[in-house]
Amino acid sequence: MPETRIVTTRLRDHPEDSWTIDRYLATGGYDVLRKALAMTPEAIQDEQVKASGLRGRGGAGFGTGQKWSFLPKDVYPRYLAVNADEGEPSTFKDHMLVERDPHQLIEGIVISAFAVECHLAFVYVRGEFALGYERLTRAIAEAYERGYLGKDILGSGFDLDLILHRGAGCYIAGDETGLLSSLEGERAMPRIKPPFPAVQGLFAKPTVVNNVETLSTVPHIIDRGGEWYASLGVGRSTGTRIFSVSGHVERPANYEVELGTPFRELIDGLAGGVRGGKGMKFFIPGGASSPWLMPQHLDEPTDMDHVQNDLKSMLGSGAIMVFDEDTDPLLVAWRLLKFFAHESCGKCTPCREGSGWLEKILYRMSHGLGRPEDLDLMLDFGDNIVPGLNAPFAQTTICALGPSTMSPIVSLDRWFRDEIAQRMEADARRRIHVPVAAAGGGR
Amino acid sequence: MAFTADNLARAREIVARYPVAKSATLPLLHLAQDQDGWVSPEAMEEIAGILDLTPAQVLGVCSFYSMFKREPVGQLVVTVCTNVSCLVNGGPELLRALEDRHLDDDDVHVEEVECIAACDLAPVMQVNYDYHGPVDAESAATIIDEYKARRRTPRTISGTRVDAGATR
Repeated sequence: MPETRIVTTRLRDHPEDSWTIDRYLATGGYDVLRKALAMTPEAIQDEQVKASGLRGRGGAGFGTGQKWSFLPKDVYPRYLAVNADEGEPSTFKDHMLVERDPHQLIEGIVISAFAVECHLAFVYVRGEFALGYERLTRAIAEAYERGYLGKDILGSGFDLDLILHRGAGCYIAGDETGLLSSLEGERAMPRIKPPFPAVQGLFAKPTVVNNVETLSTVPHIIDRGGEWYASLGVGRSTGTRIFSVSGHVERPANYEVELGTPFRELIDGLAGGVRGGKGMKFFIPGGASSPWLMPQHLDEPTDMDHVQNDLKSMLGSGAIMVFDEDTDPLLVAWRLLKFFAHESCGKCTPCREGSGWLEKILYRMSHGLGRPEDLDLMLDFGDNIVPGLNAPFAQTTICALGPSTMSPIVSLDRWFRDEIAQRMEADARRRIHVPVAAAGGGR
Repeated sequence: MAFTADNLARAREIVARYPVAKSATLPLLHLAQDQDGWVSPEAMEEIAGILDLTPAQVLGVCSFYSMFKREPVGQLVVTVCTNVSCLVNGGPELLRALEDRHLDDDDVHVEEVECIAACDLAPVMQVNYDYHGPVDAESAATIIDEYKARRRTPRTISGTRVDAGATR
């Protein structure tokens, strides 16, 4: 089955210069902006974006139109903050969109800002995206020169300034409220909600935070209509999504498909299957924070609600990681916990302390020093980070990083409990126990 | 080291963009790192003065973000990803090889980095924030040597393209 390309059309058709203003204009760029500015903000919000069923592509999957509608009436100024701080392990779609189609993003930003009546927008771009930053810088300058940004855009009377802001290496700045803290010049520590950003966000003003892929989709919805977009996909998962497929596959890459497309089409079809003709051990369907799935789930549809409610996982950021039959699941879990422990901002005790202990225990388990009780030990204290150990997350922390730490461990318990128990027993037997006193220790 | 006159002017221009001056903290730290090759205590004090913050506040922010180096690290920062997609494609082995190779190299600073969003290129590394992948120990070493010999033009260690002019 081929891809269904909407937001990736230009960058795939014109890989040589898709990021330039000339290519953008030659392929119909900024035509939709003219059309949008002739509409009313309400019409864009309700008849187009809400009707499209578009849900946030950053990970949480919240309705975009609905998010916009939470802005309190008649409170100004309002801000739009664009989340280009892509950092969820194995997600690389926003990186591609920023580098290879920056004008599409800018057009989406202008239309969205017009729809929510905001006059100052920010793009928070991940610090490591040096080329992306460079291309966005240039694209923004070009957009100003040609009147797509600035005062009285295309003679409509609408003004918008766009500030490009660079991060400096921090995963949690990609959390909605962590991003706002970082943009204010603080450590990127998430904030407790409520108040939600729509009410008190950046500089305590009403703020919308949207993901790059989400906003890059908006021009296409205006162009072809909310109803058209809603006709794609399945159930409440409308439209297309870019899935980043990586790991042990023949052709790791970004693939844009209609939501609902089975995992098998993505992994075995587009990505060419497990490398070297091997079997699959497991796959992670939606970034490091999502619980793992197994080969028996390959024919399940990529329907956000189905994956969450029935498979107890999530599509998250759309990053599919594939692991072949020779992969050690404990090693993967340990590396993910090393990531979470490194990126925990330290604000909430259960996450700051818990992630570090989980990493230490998984290190010993994956390096031959584990104990038979280790898995249950992690589940026991992990229950203090994610009460009930279930997705959708219950949490004792401010942001979702805390509960995410338990996704790999819940997955180990769900799919590999017996295998791990046998291995821990064998490891424990294999180790030589030297009595402390005999070794000259003790006190 | 204090900001040069040009960079001080640029700093003031960056601050003026934001509704609240403090927002310019990260951009000014990048500016200082572009100029000096690291973020010195003096630079943090100067930034604090510009933004009407205390030096401790600036240090608190600076130390939170892994791209800022609070001691000199040489001309080239090589970051190697070892997160899961790179883990299963040889990232850790690549990291170890490069760390060993440049152990006593004052020009090249090798460090582990968390997922840098280029898993289709796994195992992937960045040299001053330019991507290279997939690479093995040998091809990575060749690339690094080309940067050292300036057959490739590196960005600053904050990832700014010097010849691109005012890109900030």
